[in-house]
Amino acid sequence: MLEVVELTCERGERSLFSGLNFTAPGGTLLRIAGPNGTGKTSLLRILCGLLEPVSGEVRWHGRNVRKLREDYWKDLVYVGHMNGVKDDLTVRENLRVNAEVAGRPASPERLADALDRVGLTGFEDRMARFLSQGQRRRIALARLYVSETAPLWILDEPFTALDVKGVAELSALIGQHVHNGNTVALVTHQEVPIDAPRRQRVEFAGGGSGATSSIEEEATC
Amino acid sequence: MNTAASPRIGLFWFASPQTFFPLAGKMVPLFSLLAAGLLLVGLYIAFLVAPTDATQGESYRIIFIHVPAAWMSMFLYLVMAFWAAVGLVFNTRLSSMMATAIAPTGALMTFLALWTGAFWGRPTWGAYWVWDARLTSELILLFLYLGFIALQAAIDDPRRADKAGAVLALVGVVNVPIIYFSVQWWNTLHQGASVSITRAPSMATTMLWGMLVMALAFWMYSIAVVLHRLRSIILERERRTEWVRELLREGRIK
Amino acid sequence: MLRVLLQVIRRDLLLAVRQKADVLNTLFFFVVVVTMVPLGIGPEPNLLRAIAPGVVWVAALLAAILSLARLFANDYADGTLEQMLLSSEPLTLIVLGKAAAHWLVTGLPLTVMSIVFGVVFDLGLQETGVLVVSLLLGTPVLSLIGAVGAALTLGLRGGGVLTSLLVLPLYIPVLIFGSGAVGAAASGVAYAAYLLLLGAFLLFASVLTPWAVALALRISVE
Repeated sequence: MLEVVELTCERGERSLFSGLNFTAPGGTLLRIAGPNGTGKTSLLRILCGLLEPVSGEVRWHGRNVRKLREDYWKDLVYVGHMNGVKDDLTVRENLRVNAEVAGRPASPERLADALDRVGLTGFEDRMARFLSQGQRRRIALARLYVSETAPLWILDEPFTALDVKGVAELSALIGQHVHNGNTVALVTHQEVPIDAPRRQRVEFAGGGSGATSSIEEEATC
Repeated sequence: MNTAASPRIGLFWFASPQTFFPLAGKMVPLFSLLAAGLLLVGLYIAFLVAPTDATQGESYRIIFIHVPAAWMSMFLYLVMAFWAAVGLVFNTRLSSMMATAIAPTGALMTFLALWTGAFWGRPTWGAYWVWDARLTSELILLFLYLGFIALQAAIDDPRRADKAGAVLALVGVVNVPIIYFSVQWWNTLHQGASVSITRAPSMATTMLWGMLVMALAFWMYSIAVVLHRLRSIILERERRTEWVRELLREGRIK
Repeated sequence: MLRVLLQVIRRDLLLAVRQKADVLNTLFFFVVVVTMVPLGIGPEPNLLRAIAPGVVWVAALLAAILSLARLFANDYADGTLEQMLLSSEPLTLIVLGKAAAHWLVTGLPLTVMSIVFGVVFDLGLQETGVLVVSLLLGTPVLSLIGAVGAALTLGLRGGGVLTSLLVLPLYIPVLIFGSGAVGAAASGVAYAAYLLLLGAFLLFASVLTPWAVALALRISVE
């Protein structure tokens, strides 16, 4: 269960948000929305434990994630703005080594399956530098299929550069993950409908007035 | 602000920039006065009381600035690293600001030691610069200070600058004894007799007193200047807070 | 745990092999500096023999500094670095892997190249051997300490010069004992102590610098 307690964030000279509170138990789709530059990515990075908040805590199963460190990260898959893809490695090599370095080594079958699910079959041995933006994004997203059991996904604009089919598949995947009792935190400016048992929304208003959290609906699936 | 929870309030209350600012303001004149007084006494001893040296004549008197400056340069580096470490571990902004405030004074002391070393070298050895062990170590120490200052200057985000500087200072502190030892070795092994313009002439007691008083004077000066610089840093870093705005509005920086 | 270390090394080696330019740049710079010195100083063999250890070592130092910018910059730019920071494996191990790969691609070729320089400067068999061993022990330390500088200056403007300023004072002990070892061998004096000391530096650096680098990376990526 992901919990945020009195979270305050400042970047450079600006206060982005303060006193943010919410909980996201298993089965929650947490959507973070708002105009550009208001602090959505900063919030995600704080949730990941990459960025230290000015005050407040992020808790995973009751413990501060900054203290949990590796124990938190083994439960987390983060797909940020950048893909983490090396131009001079093939698609398969990229996915394999990313899994290894993340501490989740995967069998060749699993990797092949993940690449298949993102529609990159036939491209496994192509150098990533020859791929389109959308295809590189898929390599990053393939990590979600490799680590399907990770209880927490944090995704920053995952639908960027995907075509209509890709968007549909990804939203289905996210919905499935949430239905399985996991938590997904998502920043997206695209209002993609995703079916989830419990939806939580953090809305960033513009102009430095911070963020508010609300529960959209509790629904039975 | 950065006050911690009650149990530690005694110590951490002073860690608030707001509390420390007026306190520092009161301390600056006090230490300035002490510095001036001790400097007068020290210079008096240095120039009028201490006897002429048998081998080096009058030019040796620069030792009364050179040695205390060298001592302070090393001492200040340790203090700077200490406060930077405290700021990193306890996440107190004021400690980090203190480290940032110390660095320029430390660099100045190092530069002074090098400069006076050169002026000592000229009449004694005929050259402005000699690769003497202590001078070389001081030069390296100067680079360590400049590196710290340059790193903090290059980073826009103050908290990142604080923490990065702390890591650098700590790595530096661990290396300072290693560097010193290496340079000593290097100096003795490459020359038969150790070239040392900084080996003090056999010390008359008055000479020792002179150096100690001067060292104390430099210490008081450093405290005064560092606290003054710290106040400027506090004002700049905390400029968006209410209490600073209040001070500036009323036109009183006390 | 060892697995992630090897995987990191493997990735970086694979990239280095495919992007040959970087490796060749470093090696080329090393060769250029060393060959320019006799041209600048004069061909007197005794003089060259005397300055050879220092020249080779300084050139190795400069080549190492030049290559530091690459250590984390690419990973930072393409998002690989932040994924490393979110690994469930210890970051210190990953960092050790990065430094090891860096050494394999810069320090090790330099060390091998120095055999040639032993000949070029007419150093004699034993002195050349000591030169090679000193570089073998010292260049990994340069990679490790350099990693601290590279991590602290990630993404900053004026990066290269700033990194050099930070890292040079810390390199000096390695330089002194590295070239000192060869100088001792050339003078017929016992050189074992120097090499042992370099070995001690290496152990010390391998254990301590990964912590500093990991901390610096987290600070820089915030």
